[in-house]
Amino acid sequence: MSADHATDVLLEARKLCVDYGAGPGAVHAVVDADLILRRGEVLGLAGESGSGKSTLAFAITRLLRAPGLITGGDVRYYAADGSIVDMLAAGEQQLRVLRWSHISLVMQSAMNALNPVLSIRAQLTDALKAHRPGMSAADRRGRAAELLTMVGINSDRLGSFPHQLSGGMRQRVMIAMALALEPQIVIMDEPTTALDVVTQREILEELTELRNQLGFAILFITHDLSLLIEIADSIAVMYAGRLVERADATALFRSPRHPYTLGLLSSFPALHGPRRHMTGIPGSPPDLRLLPSGCVFNPRCDYVMDRCRTQSPPLTRPKALTALGGGRVVACWLHDGAVPVPERLARPEPGQEQDHLPATEPGATELLTTESAASSGQSDQGSGL
Amino acid sequence: MTTAPTTAAPLLEARGLTKHFVARVTGPRPRRGRLARGRRAAGVVHAVEDVSIALAPARVTAVVGESGSGKSTLARLLARLITPTAGNLLLDGHDVPASGRGRREYSGQVQMVLQDPFSSLNPVHDVRYHLARPLQVHGLGGSRAGLDGVIAGLLERVALTPPDQYLRKYPHELSGGQRQRVAIARALAVQPRILLADEPVSMLDVSIRLGLLNLLGELRDTDGLGILYITHDIASARYLADEIMVMYAGQVVESGSARVVTDEPAHPYTQLLLSAAPDPDRSGPPVLQGRGAPPSLVAPPAGCRFHPRCPHAMAVCADQVPPRFEVSSSDHGASDHGADNHGADNERADDHGADHLSACWLHSQDLDADASRPLGAPAAVNANPKRDLGEET
Repeated sequence: MSADHATDVLLEARKLCVDYGAGPGAVHAVVDADLILRRGEVLGLAGESGSGKSTLAFAITRLLRAPGLITGGDVRYYAADGSIVDMLAAGEQQLRVLRWSHISLVMQSAMNALNPVLSIRAQLTDALKAHRPGMSAADRRGRAAELLTMVGINSDRLGSFPHQLSGGMRQRVMIAMALALEPQIVIMDEPTTALDVVTQREILEELTELRNQLGFAILFITHDLSLLIEIADSIAVMYAGRLVERADATALFRSPRHPYTLGLLSSFPALHGPRRHMTGIPGSPPDLRLLPSGCVFNPRCDYVMDRCRTQSPPLTRPKALTALGGGRVVACWLHDGAVPVPERLARPEPGQEQDHLPATEPGATELLTTESAASSGQSDQGSGL
Repeated sequence: MTTAPTTAAPLLEARGLTKHFVARVTGPRPRRGRLARGRRAAGVVHAVEDVSIALAPARVTAVVGESGSGKSTLARLLARLITPTAGNLLLDGHDVPASGRGRREYSGQVQMVLQDPFSSLNPVHDVRYHLARPLQVHGLGGSRAGLDGVIAGLLERVALTPPDQYLRKYPHELSGGQRQRVAIARALAVQPRILLADEPVSMLDVSIRLGLLNLLGELRDTDGLGILYITHDIASARYLADEIMVMYAGQVVESGSARVVTDEPAHPYTQLLLSAAPDPDRSGPPVLQGRGAPPSLVAPPAGCRFHPRCPHAMAVCADQVPPRFEVSSSDHGASDHGADNHGADNERADDHGADHLSACWLHSQDLDADASRPLGAPAAVNANPKRDLGEET
């Protein structure tokens, strides 16, 4: 992915907290989330089910439903005209204007998100009708056809109903709908999870093309970190409602700093290189009602220290990297400078590495697969025949 | 036409399995004149077409394919949950009768693990019941004390320890990974020799999938179980399996050892799948080796079912079904680079045990010029990358 780093911030969440329910029984679904989305950027939000990634997206767009409750923090949207909108203070009317024309959403299941009894045309023109009252019916239809063509569907499908389209086409219609009013931000919640890999790849290609063409920013939510590394500019990793690491996609992939990120990366078997025994992450994600004290990841962590069991680590820059540029932050006690960082979590930042990696030991059974692939060459990619 | 003669004699073998489902039209008739062209006629879904497979002890055979490729139908055929339209099953070299006779005996040998552990366990029964039931049905339990011992042993085998902690738990008290382990323990209860695992990890969280795959690997290595691993994730197949069969639109298009199929894919569809799979190590942007969606199985394309999407389609592909050709590794310049051998201590020695077969005319040695001329139609498809092809029309 060509990462053109626009420096201006488009959306910023600070210390955002979301609970489900109130009182002592409340479940803290998102805790102190800091997120910055820049203009034209693809920001990936990775996490397992229950990690709070969708809740975070809903909170940012103020689409959270009861019993979901934003209990703290600050979300600001920096509009193109220079005005700053406090999303959490915005009233219904203001939100109505913002949604879809500035911030739009692509839901996970296109099957359920499209109305089965309305034609594609009706659903595409609906948002135009609501947000662009001056537009004539003919113009709306023209725009609907244009949108459909844009996502690679023949415009003679406008009269079709959702059940007449394949899953991939339905998802494309969802994307077309989200782009109808040329928003600045498109939030995509697992947009390709239910699709086959080939369709997924086609849609991602189109999405990248559209992003380059129209310049919107994407908040891409998925559990598939390996996919995110390919398509995102930067990635935030969530675990049990907390952001545990945020970095550029390549930096996250080449030199993860948080043990959970490292574990996630070693949960995806590689497509190349020797097959190695991998271990994934022991245990399973915690129940949000019964979170461990201290760092929420400590019961599953290979590098757990006494301190991790009592104190919750803040999301800060790793001590070793304060001299360097780049915007990576990590919530782990290993990186506060008090203890030596384990080698696997101290790989040099991409671009900083002088002599590549410190020679992978052949005997080690638990090497991160990505290394092995990197060293074994990728000449076989797409060869054959 | 049998696939992959393996070194060990196969435990379970399927020859020419075919399953056609009769599609019946349900629901109200649409208004006169609004009949969607040809869609209402009851048709036959060609779900699985002439598939041969051999499952050997202590080997994992992966079946990889997209949704609708017939991989789950194949598993259900092998589990005898549905009867094949054609073809037969051989257990230990003996014909398995098509009738319901000997069903229990068969299911004592061949067990299945389903995709969704949230629905495959009964919510009103605890773990102990789930494990005791197959033992009682198959008369393996013995005394109550004996039964308890066997159940505890099963839980230990799937790493749910200490067993006492899990016996009285209900499915809703367990995490997805634990539930799937119970489902595997249930399958192991009758001491089967074959385990059919239909997408066993796809419903689970990413971080715990590997633990389950490793468990299946252990069952292969220590108990000598023959395992069929059905998945859409070719990377996990490469990780776990000894052999991989790639299915497309009900047919096996390529088979061979896991390493060879993924490192030197011979069939254009396998190449397409690999080009689409997420791969953070990819050096450049991914280049899709083909487009479009799988065909309708009611009226599958003549000849090779992949030919409408195939970038290499030739005239012969459109009218003749390609047989399975052996792929000589020289075709691919034997990519046994030094880096692969270095540090590959975990590589299974019998990696190259299976023949590499590809059902593609490109691997035929004797095609005349007329047969191998490029097919006209797909060229037009490639010229128009905004694909509409094959998606439900």
